[in-house]
Formats: sequence, structure tokens, C-alpha cells
Amino acid sequence: MTASATPTDAAQPTEIDNASVRDASAITLRNLHKRFSGDAIALDGVDLEIRAGEFFTLLGPSGCGKTTLLRLLAGLEAPNEGSLTIGGKDVTETPPHLRSVNTVFQSYALFPHLSVHDNIAFGLRMKGIPAAERERRVQEIADFIKLGSLLERRVNQLSGGQRQRIALARALVCEPDVLLLDEPLSALDAGLRTQLQVELQRTQKRLGMTFVFVTHDQDEAMVMSDRIAVLDSGIIQQVGPPHEVYERPINAFVARFMGHVNLFDIQGIHDVTVTTALGELAMEAPLQPGKHGGVMLIRQEVIELGPTVSEGYNGLDGVVKERHYRGSRIEYRLEVNGQPLMATASNLGQRLYAVGDRIKVSIHPEDVVRIEA
Amino acid sequence: MNHTSESPYPLARHSHSMSPDTRHLLWSVAPGVAWIVIFLVLPSLYLIGVAFMTNGPYGQPQMPLSLDAFRQLAGFGFLGWSPGNLYTLLRSLWQTLVATGLVILVAYPLAYYISTCRDKLRPIMLLAVVVPSWTNQVIRAFGWMNLLSPGTPLADAAQALGLIGPNMGLYPSNFAVTLGLIYNFLPFMVLPLYAAFEKLDMALVEAARDLYASPVRAFWHAVFPQTLSGLLAGTVLVSIPAFGMYVIPELLGGGKAMMLGNLVANQFSGGSNWPLGAAGALIMLVATFGGLYAMRKVGKRLGGGEEVVI
Repeated sequence: MTASATPTDAAQPTEIDNASVRDASAITLRNLHKRFSGDAIALDGVDLEIRAGEFFTLLGPSGCGKTTLLRLLAGLEAPNEGSLTIGGKDVTETPPHLRSVNTVFQSYALFPHLSVHDNIAFGLRMKGIPAAERERRVQEIADFIKLGSLLERRVNQLSGGQRQRIALARALVCEPDVLLLDEPLSALDAGLRTQLQVELQRTQKRLGMTFVFVTHDQDEAMVMSDRIAVLDSGIIQQVGPPHEVYERPINAFVARFMGHVNLFDIQGIHDVTVTTALGELAMEAPLQPGKHGGVMLIRQEVIELGPTVSEGYNGLDGVVKERHYRGSRIEYRLEVNGQPLMATASNLGQRLYAVGDRIKVSIHPEDVVRIEA
Repeated sequence: MNHTSESPYPLARHSHSMSPDTRHLLWSVAPGVAWIVIFLVLPSLYLIGVAFMTNGPYGQPQMPLSLDAFRQLAGFGFLGWSPGNLYTLLRSLWQTLVATGLVILVAYPLAYYISTCRDKLRPIMLLAVVVPSWTNQVIRAFGWMNLLSPGTPLADAAQALGLIGPNMGLYPSNFAVTLGLIYNFLPFMVLPLYAAFEKLDMALVEAARDLYASPVRAFWHAVFPQTLSGLLAGTVLVSIPAFGMYVIPELLGGGKAMMLGNLVANQFSGGSNWPLGAAGALIMLVATFGGLYAMRKVGKRLGGGEEVVI
């Protein structure tokens, strides 16, 4: 499988070109609804285009419907409404064993009664691939994930990281059009996790396969993904490349979920002046007509601290209430006009402020953003 | 040797006298060991001894040692060879095989069904499976007699279908024995299978489906291996007592459906040939161990080398 469509950047987030629609691994979801017994709504009208060869992440808190969406793609659940096409072919009613889609499960779900080799070979066996080719492909993938020496071991003799790789190999060896990954790294410790994040991303780029990755960890999502869909309550809140979702969240939920933000309810907007509990701040551009209310967003890392207010910036008086030293950056909890304000400064060797210090807070009008509540 | 008393490992002491811990341990297992020696090991040794002795004029075992009993069991008597005992032996094996197989066929889906029931319903369903076995086996066998004898609806239905002749009953017959065995041993298969189904990992089934296994193949590759230990445990619990079953063939079988258990019992009572009875019991014992060994092998093979504990 080769990369037939390279992931595009923020410039055309919702446009899909015809080539990728024709490609066997592009996914289209139309108006998907899923209800479980007891009236629990897992998906409430999901429309989504996933491009061929893309590393796409479904991001959201637990219970947001992201795993349900993945299971619909795998065919392990059927939607109550809506349609699902993979590579232009409607697979809404297709049972899982007839879809060219494989899953890396959160629990790995390796077969405990089979050896590592037989686990990896399982899908090929079920597909009826001849033994010789099967052996070749198992050997190839085992070398690829550097587990060639473990093939005769039993699954329960392996560490978490090794199991994760085998689960990945078991799915990859089938060379599916789409690979689904259900929080495959959540059970691993932080170091291994970071390492496997990079490996996964590299593997995806190398194979050019469409990856749909589910996680609740926004850092993980941003590190690996070409595009991210943020879900809440069974509804897609925002779709876009990591930097877009992080820097220009569409509403307060996405902003809060991506983290490192200050949010204030807007009390009034007059031209480019927005009034909140923090005081009056200038924005870059006036509010679009027809919009009112909402929430003011200021990212933590855009706030500048110093003895004076920078030229052309909004200036506020603040007091340092807490300081969290994190090595590469320093987080300050300030109090401004009786309101808490979080500011994060990169550690460039500048002086550290102490708790109780009175400082000037500078915020550029460009960084004062109004979003939907 | 003063320093040894301070050793943190009581069992590693150089002293020959036992530590208090060891002594406590011995006292606590002693009654169990005595029980097993007195009521299992010694009688078994006695039984084996008797099997190799000669039959006395009143049926009592006596010297010299000989293989007479086994020769008789194989059918060689005063009047030359007759196949009766061999038939009994083969019938026992066949009945055990058929009954165990049918019990599996009934119990497997039943256990699965119970495991999918609502939390509140499950204990009730399990109770319904187990409760009949709280009644005495003999009484239950009599119950079947009443259901299967000539003139009952079941017998009439069988006659109408031409399965049995006119004015015949379904009992006494081999069929009645099989039915009795299935009925009697069903709970012993359902319970271990239910335990296996209850902790069934559905993620494995989904993984198999995801990896191109059709529903049937997903069952065989992902469900069946998970229930194997329960299935083998149930098979042991059913087949071993079924092979030596006495009450059911005695009551439901009539003379032509005798099993090994009846043959053995007859030698110790009416037939009065203790060595022959002991030889039959010994065959049962050997068959049981052989069966257990074979089951272990099968379990290991299907379990992918994993020890399946029976």
C-alpha cells in the first residue's frame, strides 16, 4: 500500500478531492445515529470524511461516543440510522469479517491459547492465504516490529509493550484498507507510551495506510494526528489539524478539553472592546454581525509577564498567587481584578517571579478571542 | 547451635527436632491423611489383592493368587466362552460415550443461555438445573419408570411413530438408561460450563470477527477454547460416575441393559464371586485413570500447550 493522498493542512479542512474519494481507504460517515438500550445516545448524527492515508484521531472524554464510532467502523456495532462508506462502497450492513478493516483493541484481545506466531497469522488463516505466503508475511511483519525472536512464545509470557506490538502486527499483517486503534497506548507507562506514539506515527507514514485512532489524551492526539475530531455527547464538535483545534477551538468545550486556556463569560461587547470579569480588553477585529454573548478565550502561553506593559498590548495588573515550575516552562496562577488567570511562560532563563510579586500582564489583542459557550 | 534458634527460616534449622510450625502443620493435615489412607488407599489395595485371588466355594476370596477372575471377566467359564461380560463392558463404554455426548449437546447451549440472562434471573435458572439432583436418584429413576412404561403418553407417542412395538413401553431399555443418565448428569455439565461462559472474554470473539472469522469460525476459534476447561471438567464429572453407574441401569435397564456397575454389584451380592467383582472394579479404576490421562492430553493439545486443570 502506498500513500496515495498526502494529508493536507489547515488550508482546506473540509474539502476532499476526488482522488481520495475513489481510493479504497477513504471513509465517509453520513448522519450516523447510535442508541443503546436504556435510551443512552452514543452517537447523535455524525457526519465525517476521513481521507485516504490519513492519521485521523477521534478525541474526547470517556462516554463521548468515540469508541462506539470506532466499533461502527469495524462492524462490531450497527448504526440505528445513517450510512457508512469505505472506499466509496457502502458497508453499513457489512459484517466485520467481510470488511477490509482491522482493529487494535484497547485490551489487545490477543488469543491466550495461541502462540505469538499463530496470533499474528490468525487473520491470514481466516482469509485463506496459502501457508507459504502466510509464513512469509508473518516473518516480515515480525521483523518490521522487531519481535522476530518471540514468535514461538505464548502471549501471556510477554510484557505490555510487547503485547501492544503484537496486537498491532496482527492487524497490520492483514494489510487492511483502514486500521482502527482503540486507545492502544493507554495501558502503558509514560516513557513507553511516548516511544510508541512516535513509532506508530512513523509506521503509518511508511505504510500510507489510513489510521483511525481513538484517545482521550489530547497531547497524544496532537503529537500523532494529521487531523483530529473532537467529540462530546455523541456529536462532533470540531474537525481539523492539531494546531487548528488547539489554537482556534470552536467552542468552550473544545477549548477546555485541549487545555491550557483561560475562559471568561462575556458580559458585553462594544466594537472591539470585550467586557468580562477580568475587565475591558481590546480584540483585534470587531465581532461578526449576528453573534453575541459567548466566551472570551485567552491561551495561557500567549500571556506575557513583566515589569511594564508591552507596546500595543492590553495591560492588566496581576499578583502571583502560585508558581509551578515544570522545567521547560513555568506556570503562574495570577490574580487579576479578583479573577484567577493562568499564564505559562517558556523557560528561557528569565527571572522567576515569586508568590506575592506584583507584575504587569500583557495580552495582545490578537490573542483575545471570542468563542461559542 | 545457639545461633540457629535466631534463624528467620524455621525449616532451615540444623536441629533435628521439628519447629512448632512444622508440628502444627502435621497435626492439621494428619486427620485428612488418615482418612484417605484408611478409607481409600487401604480398601483399594485390598480390592486389587482380591482381584488376583481365587473364588472360594461360598464366593469368598481365597489363595492361591491367580488370574481366574480376569479370565471369567473376559467370558471364559465352566461351559466355555460366552460374550456376556464383554457386552456389558462395551455397553458401559458405549452408554458413557453416548450419554456424555448428549449431555454436552444439551448443556452447552443451556449454559450459554443462562450466562446471558439478566443478573436476577441467573441464580433462579441455575437453581432450576440443580434442584432435581437434590432428590434421591432412586426416586427419580422411579419417576422415569412411570413416564416411560407401557400406556403412558410418551410410550403411546413412540408406538404411534412406530419406534416400539404395540403394548410395549420405552422402559426397560437401553434408551431409558441413556435418558436416565442424561437427566442425572446434566447439572454436572451445566455448572462448569456456566462458570466458563460467565467469564467469557467477548473482546476475543470480536477480535476474531475483526480478523475475518465468520460467526461459526469465531465460535470455534474464540469461544470454544475459552470454554474448554469447563467442558473437560464437566466431561470428567459426568463420564466417570456414568461408567460405574449402578442405580439407573438397574432400575431403567432391565436384564438386557446391564452396565459394569451392575455386574460388579452382582458379584458381591447374589453372584457371590468377590474376585470377579474386584476385577471388574479394578477395570473401572484403570479405565477412569486412562480416561483422565487422555483428557489431560486432549486439553493440552486444544489448549495450545496450556495446562487445563481438571
